[in-house]
Amino acid sequence: MARRRERVDRGIKVRSEDVYALTSWREMLYLAAPRVLPVVALFVLGMTASVYWERVLVSTCMFAMLAISWDVLNSAGMVSLGQALFFGMGAYIAGTLNHYLGLGPWLTLPLATLGGGLVCTLVLLPVLRLRGIYFAMVTLILPLMIERVIEATKIFGGTEGLSGLTPLGSEHVQFLVALVAVWVALYGFRRMMGTDYGLLLKGIKDNDRAVMSAGINIYWYKAQALFLASAVGAFAGAFMTHAYQFVGMPVFALDYSIMPIASVAVGGMGTLAGPMLGSFILVPLSELLRGLGGLRTVIYAVILVACTVGLPEGVFHYLARKYTQFERWAEVDK
Amino acid sequence: MLQGTLIYGLINSVVLMLVALGFSVTFGISGVANFAYGALYIMAGYLAWLGLHALHLPYWLAAPGAVLITAGVAALIYWFILLRVRGLVVSEVIATFGVGLAILELFRYLGFIGFEYTLPQVDASYNIGETVVDAQRLLIVAAGLALAGFLWLFTHHTKVGLAFRGIAQDERTSLTLGINTDKIAAFSVAFGAGYAALAALVILPLGTIAVNEGYNVLVNALAVCIVGGLGSTVGIIVASLLIGYAQILTATYLETHWMMIVSLVAILLILAIKPSGLFGVHKELEERI
Repeated sequence: MARRRERVDRGIKVRSEDVYALTSWREMLYLAAPRVLPVVALFVLGMTASVYWERVLVSTCMFAMLAISWDVLNSAGMVSLGQALFFGMGAYIAGTLNHYLGLGPWLTLPLATLGGGLVCTLVLLPVLRLRGIYFAMVTLILPLMIERVIEATKIFGGTEGLSGLTPLGSEHVQFLVALVAVWVALYGFRRMMGTDYGLLLKGIKDNDRAVMSAGINIYWYKAQALFLASAVGAFAGAFMTHAYQFVGMPVFALDYSIMPIASVAVGGMGTLAGPMLGSFILVPLSELLRGLGGLRTVIYAVILVACTVGLPEGVFHYLARKYTQFERWAEVDK
Repeated sequence: MLQGTLIYGLINSVVLMLVALGFSVTFGISGVANFAYGALYIMAGYLAWLGLHALHLPYWLAAPGAVLITAGVAALIYWFILLRVRGLVVSEVIATFGVGLAILELFRYLGFIGFEYTLPQVDASYNIGETVVDAQRLLIVAAGLALAGFLWLFTHHTKVGLAFRGIAQDERTSLTLGINTDKIAAFSVAFGAGYAALAALVILPLGTIAVNEGYNVLVNALAVCIVGGLGSTVGIIVASLLIGYAQILTATYLETHWMMIVSLVAILLILAIKPSGLFGVHKELEERI
């Protein structure tokens, strides 16, 4: 007898999807747990961890923001291979404002976020019409080029960079700011993607010509999505600049472009939560492997490949499926 | 001075072209992403070195052995890794890049760094006009011409070569025409890796085999493929000449710092103005809207 695996939504999911049917604590818990638990768990984890691991969590949050920014861009049909552009732009704006004008972190952070978003949008505006791999290649090349230009012209400290910048505050303050930022980014953008505005962005990704033929100026919306995503990336850059008290050429390095994409590949794209989960797996993992010395990158790469090949849909999609559906064997009709 | 610049510019261009040819077979012509390309290039160099110095094989056995093993490894990468994520572009890139990272860093971990890691080169030099050129560089030019010519003939006049181009155009249609797309894609990855190994065998004797070179090779190959246009052998030749001469001219008349910037600016301009590259097939609505 031929059989196949069948997936069926759990009853509790069907009942609790409709807000008016929330009748029991169990159903409300079913909805709230996956949303509230990570927030609480991360807060407790960070506050009780050692200073070293608290710092790791802070940089994990920033990588998560870069990954979320990647997913927002991707939802609007733009594949970015150069998150380092956003990160580096924010980092350098915050760094120069602090170093040359002496502005404090609470002023440079918002300025770098908005300024970084604006500059990145303006830089990419001429190639907004490019699609797919062609747009991706431009974003891959830009940060590499800016890195070389800084090296050659020796502006903003050249290869030495700018050091001795104002710190953000104590470890706990840094951690709390990073935590609030990453949760605001995640839930804010998730909410946004659920509205008509988000639907429009998704429409541009699915079929841009159909959206155009509906009389909508897709370039204007793509520019807006680009601004939002690059502002988030710029915030991450500005934040890390103050956390390290240093800004230099490494902020445009390939690491900041590859890590977000790797997070997306591990976590699963399209949900914003997937990329975040991905970075919360990959960044601490690379820290854990630090004790292995030279083998670290090898093992890291092998795990990365195993994750992408073994679970191509992404960890988040896999978990979400297990949470909302059950599987059973069903007989195939003749 | 000018003559030297012209000759070394040509040699630099041919080096770029050799490096890009193999990448173009897989990525440009067959449309299969292989970002482990730089790692395979370096691996071929180390394999040849191991064959010569650890196993004490003669060169005529070590060199073809390195090429064959590299091609075999590439086919295995396709069969066990790439095949499972085929069609998911982000996963393809990340998976192959991860494999490349693992191979390169493994060599670094095993201690393959130093000046003793060199391949034998032809000892002779000739005067062309007033410029002295060593025989190895002339061999590179000859190998470049031969490999480029063979690639063009192969992709235009053999069944397998035409299948390479077929799966890039439309994989499903090629299936209906009796092309086993999985086998052809695996073969194209192996073929590209074989080209990478051949390029490594003629280029690497100029210096030492270094792990970091693997990353540069990938960026250079990508740059040449984009500027020339995906899928075009003629485009690769023209693009390597453009980028090669641009690099040598900036290195001569400006600082070496600007060498990389020039090629990056060239790529940016090409992408912004003519995304499909100089000789690529123009696909109006696929590249920009």
